[in-house]
Amino acid sequence: MSKANHMLEIKDLRVSIEDKEILSGINLMVKAGEVHAIMGPNGSGKSTLASALAGRDYFDITHGKILYEGQDLTELSPEDRAREGIFLGFQYPVEIPGVSMVNFLRTALNSMRKYRQQEPLPAGDFLKLMREKKNMVEIDSDLTNRSVNEGFSGGEKKKNEIFQMALLEPRLAILDETDSGLDIDALRVVSNGVNKLRSPENATIIITHYQRLLEYIEPDYVHVLYKGRIVKSGDKNLARELEEHGYDWIKQEVDSKA
Amino acid sequence: METLTATDKYLDLFKQRQQEITDGEPGFVSQLREEAMASFREVGFPERKAEAYKYTHLEPVFDGELHFDFHPRQIRFDDQELFRCDVPMLDANVLTVLNGFFHHPGEPALAELDNGVIYGSLKEAIRRYPDLIKKYLGKNARIQGEPFVALNTAFSQDGIFLYVPKGVHLEVPIQIIHLLLSDKNQMVQHRNLFVLESHSTAQVIICDHTLSPHMYLTNSVTEVYTGENADLDLLRLQNEHNNSCQVTNTWIRQEQHSHCQHGTVTLHGGMVRNNLRISLEGEGAETHALGLFLTDKMQHVDSYTVIDHQQPHCTSNQYYKGVLDDVSTGAFNGKIHVFPDAQKTEAFQTNNNILLTDTARMHTKPRLEIYADDVKCSHGATVGQLDENALFYLQSRGISRDESRLMLMDAFAWDVISKIKQPPLQERITDLVSKRLRGELSRCNNCAMHCDE
Repeated sequence: MSKANHMLEIKDLRVSIEDKEILSGINLMVKAGEVHAIMGPNGSGKSTLASALAGRDYFDITHGKILYEGQDLTELSPEDRAREGIFLGFQYPVEIPGVSMVNFLRTALNSMRKYRQQEPLPAGDFLKLMREKKNMVEIDSDLTNRSVNEGFSGGEKKKNEIFQMALLEPRLAILDETDSGLDIDALRVVSNGVNKLRSPENATIIITHYQRLLEYIEPDYVHVLYKGRIVKSGDKNLARELEEHGYDWIKQEVDSKA
Repeated sequence: METLTATDKYLDLFKQRQQEITDGEPGFVSQLREEAMASFREVGFPERKAEAYKYTHLEPVFDGELHFDFHPRQIRFDDQELFRCDVPMLDANVLTVLNGFFHHPGEPALAELDNGVIYGSLKEAIRRYPDLIKKYLGKNARIQGEPFVALNTAFSQDGIFLYVPKGVHLEVPIQIIHLLLSDKNQMVQHRNLFVLESHSTAQVIICDHTLSPHMYLTNSVTEVYTGENADLDLLRLQNEHNNSCQVTNTWIRQEQHSHCQHGTVTLHGGMVRNNLRISLEGEGAETHALGLFLTDKMQHVDSYTVIDHQQPHCTSNQYYKGVLDDVSTGAFNGKIHVFPDAQKTEAFQTNNNILLTDTARMHTKPRLEIYADDVKCSHGATVGQLDENALFYLQSRGISRDESRLMLMDAFAWDVISKIKQPPLQERITDLVSKRLRGELSRCNNCAMHCDE
């Protein structure tokens, strides 16, 4: 299979949940090395887009295509999407009592390695790798001794998402409202992590409501999602405009044309 | 010709074999047997619709073609070679009970330690210490209205006796391995008696295994006394094959400030009914009843627990979890009975179950009878599936759906296992449970039966 020009091509994507259409024709092209921000008012479909990309099965794709490196993504299970290099940073990471962070991460990493026909990482090497990445994203040593996300504060959960990203080294990271509920310090730590992981080989889609995060993680492109469609695209200046004027002017522009 | 009812069959059997059974035993034991049989005659087996047994109809099983041994059979059986119920790193005194009789080739029937601890054959203990036994045998496990206890009281001839005198700490745990090995379908009724005097401590692990594919029916009674400030940790690991039926009747009586933890882990067994009755008869007593069962295929596990808070300031906790697959079924009936004098009672009950298929079925029923007014009681029961959000989270990190489900099931089981004392035991059970969930434990040691065939 030849590698396409774009890492991710979303063509005219329509997504429904229980017969209610949430995404009404999304078009998006992302190249390796790029950071795209998707902004929009609440209810615009931002999380639905993230979930559809990650392979959540209670959404129905009623029309359109998602091509990841030229391959039809909808044919892949969530675990295969992850193994192909897609990572979703959840907006509300779930707590999984009784499943230790270490066991979880080692199983995940070795799953990926097996898929790539690599040997599993021996326990000692894995712990070493974990320490390295912990330092990189400034995550507390304590947190990895616990069950997955159990008892973590909002900020700790988000940092844990970035920590996992650092460990799994995805090619396409989709960060769903990673900044929601974060104080300034946590925001800085999360942004540093994302920035450190940025490379010409990988791409990031940042889904966010507020412009604040984008001061720390500079996007190459900013798209506005409203009523299930991307209604405006621009560069980082578009984000600043939204910060100053809110979403109303875009809503009016779109609604008056309808 | 009139066909005999199951009840009649047992009444007849007792009459025929009474001589053999009571031969050489003290009068009070023979008396107890007669009273038990009289009680059994009155009540008979529970009917199909009987509330307490509505999910587990046992009469047909007891009515089957079964062989009974009234003497230990001479089976050439070398425990070391043929069977090991291994708990690595656990230093324990292993006692083997073969088809209901204490099996001790070349060893004395009863061990009597310098510190006064006695353990071994109940039959031998009755012979050697009748006065001690008389104080406890049959005084807790009730025969009135309890047909299975009554049957056992009439027929049982051996089992394990453990006695820990005042203030003594039994350093090394006792591991009792119940083995069923026969060339016919067989019924076994052993009886255990554990007496812990005040301020003593002990740990007992009981493992149930079947070693040949025949149909086995076990009806056992375990009577436990924990004196003032005594501490008992009792764990039962049920691992009989799926062609067996096991009925356990555990009666625990606790004096003031005593502490007891009773855990049951059921990995295999065609039909299992665990009756557990705990009576808190002294102030400040504390009791924990834990249960974990994993069923698949057509297995059935029924836990029936009653905790009587007779005195004030006692604490009880029932924590039972089950994972049911295929068309297996389960039941949990947990009663908390708080008597009028039992003020400041704290009683909690939780029963969480996961159904892995649409065809598995779990019946759960909490029963609270509270007659005191200054108490803290709670109960909660859930029957559900694995958390889809948690599953998706694991999958989104590259872990296959199958492996994700297993991780969540391991975590679910760990919640109970983590409450078991002794790290080597926790480890061993975690390993067994993990293997069981992955279908890797279909064959228990040397049993010729493969439970997945």
